[in-house]
Amino acid sequence: MIDVVDLAKSYGEGERITRAIANVSFSVEAGEFVCVVGPSGCGKTTLLRCMSGLLRPSSGQVLLGGRAIDGPPEQVGFVFQEYSRSLLPWMSVRDNITLPLRHKRMAKAERTRLVEEAVGSVGLTGFIDHFPWELSGGMQQRVAIARALAYQPEILLMDEPFASVDAQTRADLEDLVLQVRTEYGITVVFVTHDIDEAAYLGDRVVVLTSAPTEVQEVLKVDLPSPRDQVETKELPEFAHLRAHIFRAIKRRQA
Amino acid sequence: MTAMWRRVRLILLELAVPAAVVVAWWVWSANADNFYFPPLAEILRTFADTWVFERVGTDVVPSLARLGAGFAIAVAVSIPLGTALGLSTGARRVTEPIVEFVRAIPPPALLPFAILVLGVGDAMKVFVIALVGLWPILLNTIDGVRGVDHTMLETARVYGVRGPERLRRVIWPAALPQIFAGMRTSLSLALILMVISEMVASTSGIGYFILQSERSFDIPEMWSGIVLLGLLGYLLNAAFALVERRVLRWHRGARASALQ
Repeated sequence: MIDVVDLAKSYGEGERITRAIANVSFSVEAGEFVCVVGPSGCGKTTLLRCMSGLLRPSSGQVLLGGRAIDGPPEQVGFVFQEYSRSLLPWMSVRDNITLPLRHKRMAKAERTRLVEEAVGSVGLTGFIDHFPWELSGGMQQRVAIARALAYQPEILLMDEPFASVDAQTRADLEDLVLQVRTEYGITVVFVTHDIDEAAYLGDRVVVLTSAPTEVQEVLKVDLPSPRDQVETKELPEFAHLRAHIFRAIKRRQA
Repeated sequence: MTAMWRRVRLILLELAVPAAVVVAWWVWSANADNFYFPPLAEILRTFADTWVFERVGTDVVPSLARLGAGFAIAVAVSIPLGTALGLSTGARRVTEPIVEFVRAIPPPALLPFAILVLGVGDAMKVFVIALVGLWPILLNTIDGVRGVDHTMLETARVYGVRGPERLRRVIWPAALPQIFAGMRTSLSLALILMVISEMVASTSGIGYFILQSERSFDIPEMWSGIVLLGLLGYLLNAAFALVERRVLRWHRGARASALQ
């Protein structure tokens, strides 16, 4: 579905060049949930931005269904870490979610249905006519997720979406993402610096090295579905997996 | 409860201070017997005789029409221009020296030129008012458009919001608080230039009336005109603030919640 091929990205020129990503290749199958994890400052966000078409890689390419992307494709939805700056404060929840649908050809009733369905899926039906700043941080990120869902993407890219919410909200949002992923049948690429989160959510985990970044390891996650915040995290396999990822990251840093 | 009491106290104070000033003026001027400072009672009587509503049609309406036309032109020119300059780094760099130069010229210095080219009629006054009102709005629009949050722009890009849609629903609303601040400055400048242009060359208008009264030693009339200008400025500003509060309701809400 989506292939990252020999992707490299550097900033600046000449002697002051910074190589953020040295060479990264991996593939994501349709319907898969892939988590990308790595030490802080390892260019995870840069990688995701290249995958979304927001950034142009210095070399290599990102293929979507076999075709190289050049700018943000219609099939991709994006959830930013900074939810409060990604939602438009002058628009209600409904208008924020409707905005990306305006240029899509569809009947008005269909658009309304998509928006209301997405708001329902993230559990915010009663707040559809509120403004984002009237909601808590966790609820704002739910709105951003609903916006991405209503856009009907084939692939959802999420850039450390829960890095700035408290632990309880974070667990709720993780389960919400798993649930809507099944509900909408979409492919998800989820960037995080949290090893537990990566192991809990992913079907596979791509472990990155620190900058200049390469792929350290790709791990298959063999945890039973559906996942459960208590039971899944109690399993010895879960403990092994997170220990494995942890060591992989530590080993390269040392 | 204490918050409400504080508000009530502030409002009372806001009313009490001007009232005290008026009373002081009244008492002092009543016995001053000074030709240049006639008793306030006399000024108010003259005010009622002159402005309610005898000279409204001949002076107030023409003045406000010039102000309104000049301000409207300033807004209509500077917002599109400022948006274009705000969006294009190249255009901004090329035009910056010109903008800074023209902006630095004290506006009344352009009056002789305006009279030369446009004569002494309404066109000249509207031109001068518009020219002066342009700069605050233009500079604030450029700044506001340039300063739109990066994440918002990326959101628009990812979700294919572009062209007029992007301008109308993302960039302008984001820049609007700053554009409004510019418009407010511009409005008070427009009022000043309205008076000046009417004093230099005119046969009607509030500025003209004040100067005429002074020249014929009708000092209470002169003062009544000045009082009227003060009132007009106050009311214009209040009306503008009302519009701003409504349009930028989201802005106050968002800021208040960000501070929590």
